[in-house]
Amino acid sequence: MSTATIPGKGKFARGIHPDDRKSLSAGAAIEVLATPESVLIPLLQHIGSPCASAVKPRQEVHVGDVLGTPGGFVSAAVHASVDGQTAMETVTTLPNGRHVPAIPVTAASEQSLAGPALWDDVFGGDWPTRGLDRHEPGAIVDAVRAAGLVGLGGAAFPTHVKLTRNEKRPVDTLLVNGCECEPYLTADYRLMLEAPAPIVTGALLAARAAGAERIIVVIEDNKPDAVASMRAAAEGAGVEVASVHTRYPMGGERSLIVAAMAREVPTGGLPLDVGVVVVNVGTAAAIAAAVLRGRPLTHRIISVTGDGIAQPKNLLAPIGAGYGDLIAACGGLKETAGRVIAGGPMMGFALAELDVPVTKGTSGVVVLTKEQARSSEETACIRCGRCVDVCPLGLVPTKIALACRHGDWETARRYYLTACIECGCCAYICPAKIPLVQLMRMGKAMMPKK
Amino acid sequence: MTEAKNKPEAPAAVIWPVAPGPHIGRARSTRAVMIDVVIALIPAMAVGIYVFGWRAAMLIGVSVASCVFFEALWQQLRGRRQTIMDFSAVVTGIILALSIPWTLPWYGAVVGAGMAILITKMCFGGLGSNVFNPAMGGRAFLQACFAAPMTTYVLKQGGIETLPAHAARVVDAATGATPLAVKATSALDLLLGTVNGSIGETSAIACVLGGLYLIVRRAASWRIPLAMLISAAAVGELNCLLRPQTALPIQNQLLSGALLFGAAFIVTDPATSPLSRRGRWIYGAGVGALVMLIRLFAAVPEGVMYAVLVMNITVPLIDRYTVPRPVGGPTPSPKPT
Repeated sequence: MSTATIPGKGKFARGIHPDDRKSLSAGAAIEVLATPESVLIPLLQHIGSPCASAVKPRQEVHVGDVLGTPGGFVSAAVHASVDGQTAMETVTTLPNGRHVPAIPVTAASEQSLAGPALWDDVFGGDWPTRGLDRHEPGAIVDAVRAAGLVGLGGAAFPTHVKLTRNEKRPVDTLLVNGCECEPYLTADYRLMLEAPAPIVTGALLAARAAGAERIIVVIEDNKPDAVASMRAAAEGAGVEVASVHTRYPMGGERSLIVAAMAREVPTGGLPLDVGVVVVNVGTAAAIAAAVLRGRPLTHRIISVTGDGIAQPKNLLAPIGAGYGDLIAACGGLKETAGRVIAGGPMMGFALAELDVPVTKGTSGVVVLTKEQARSSEETACIRCGRCVDVCPLGLVPTKIALACRHGDWETARRYYLTACIECGCCAYICPAKIPLVQLMRMGKAMMPKK
Repeated sequence: MTEAKNKPEAPAAVIWPVAPGPHIGRARSTRAVMIDVVIALIPAMAVGIYVFGWRAAMLIGVSVASCVFFEALWQQLRGRRQTIMDFSAVVTGIILALSIPWTLPWYGAVVGAGMAILITKMCFGGLGSNVFNPAMGGRAFLQACFAAPMTTYVLKQGGIETLPAHAARVVDAATGATPLAVKATSALDLLLGTVNGSIGETSAIACVLGGLYLIVRRAASWRIPLAMLISAAAVGELNCLLRPQTALPIQNQLLSGALLFGAAFIVTDPATSPLSRRGRWIYGAGVGALVMLIRLFAAVPEGVMYAVLVMNITVPLIDRYTVPRPVGGPTPSPKPT
């Protein structure tokens, strides 16, 4: 673990160390998913306001055409991810339970971008690391906004908002997050191995936009070959690559900034408050494509893995493809499959049915077997304190969760309910199998606003 | 995106069972934690039975059986599902038995178990909701109601195997405080357990082994026993300095009586101790100081029991005022409170 160059110690207090299970799909080179018969593009795939539809039914669209215009500053446009014809706007359910309007596009039989050509368009070709200063920060932010870019690490926060300069809160460091701390997922890992160049270029552009002087790519030390690949690509570009302790949730920005920069993001605040902007490696690559090639966000890498899937793969898939399409491309589910999760096994949502579209924030599909999927026979809290021992934010999860259950908002606030990042470390370790994260999530929604 | 298109190899209308995340976990159950405590108690039980004979084993058995029976009875009468399989009643039964003299009548153990489970634990809401340590609650009742049998410590002659000769040095039958007052006790006797006292508290080594096992298995916090021993030693030392005529050597104080037994098994009960790290230091230190003060200034036996019960009362207060600082600092409040 090399931390000679970063201000932080490369680790943070508490957290958990689950078995990373990445060997299932770590060796699978990224495969371009065959164009599905149709895609369904939700008009809300990000934090912020939903888009307004910009198309009519039965309209011809091509890859990259705007289907929905942003609904405000904190919003992001959505684009068609296949050539084809739109259909009547419908409603779909996102994995987190929200019903959102969505636009179906039936794919044309002839696609302009498919297979290797698609790969080249997204990740291939030259990615310069010099002469990027000719792009003005404002122009970079505009290009990112037009491309509908959101954080691809899972939070789906509109990237242009993150990169917009704020005089009151100057940025000195850009962290490029290659940690991918969720077990099973290998999407970012394969990207760092197979296409490190656009990540470096994107990082340089993002730093130019945000005004950061220092750029550090942070990778967990369970991915030494990704560290080597990024170091080679970043050679001479002014981008540092640091390897940090493998611990969940190292990829969470609060823990990441403590580990890399030895700074604490204030509770209720943003990394901006301590002069840092964090960007996922996939987002960085998309920034490069958006600024240099005018490419909107239409495809992303999704890690389809788990012990319940026949052939774990890392797929380059169009936004809006169905989970069923992805699973079929991986040989389908095994007999033993017991739970299908959108995202990683710690913070992902279990899917009730597979007929739903992947969105910009979908970084993986994990299929667990029936034995692996956590059962929920809850017993009484014995105040053993294990949750306190693992909470990366230093909270007392049992107090907060049980207060939320009983509507005791004063206690929930006293123990800092709003500081919880819902990482799941507490519920992971609880011997009584109390659904701590679920209770805190409910509590945040039900707490009366002061 | 409608039905029956591009479906995976599952039947068309399958609905997958969902549950909230996280979807993986470390599968240890409450029962596993309790079983660890039982294992940790085995050395203390073994020494107790070795020194005090079959009657001690009988008392342990009666206590455990009664605790389990009373908990099952309560749940049955309340129409709730049975919780005896989480083994917490077993743990309470063992600890209660190990804290009473081996000569107590068997019905004493039953009464103590009843008070421990029915009143101290179940009336307060069951596992995890009790304010007072159930075994200590039961024992306090026994101390009040069976005062003489509870404070008579008879040295067992013979026992299951022949005791070493130097054990005979200990006072035969001393009514009153546990034979802590006997200064002639050697440290070795105290370590091995060939001294008088209640069933489980006599062997320092057995208690320490049990405590270490609990700490290693993460079934107990190390801060509480450590704080307790440091605080007890500190008060003892202070006493040595200020009142040298009344003082026992420090190793006798630490190794004798129920101090180590309490440090290993009683203060570490998670349900009745604070949740935060700072709170645990405070709680442990409080118990240690109170034990020593009771030993030095009060004529009551079993200072550990009273110290624990008193500190149990303060735990909600300790929790309230030792909320740990979250990473990123406290939430800024929108208006002054």
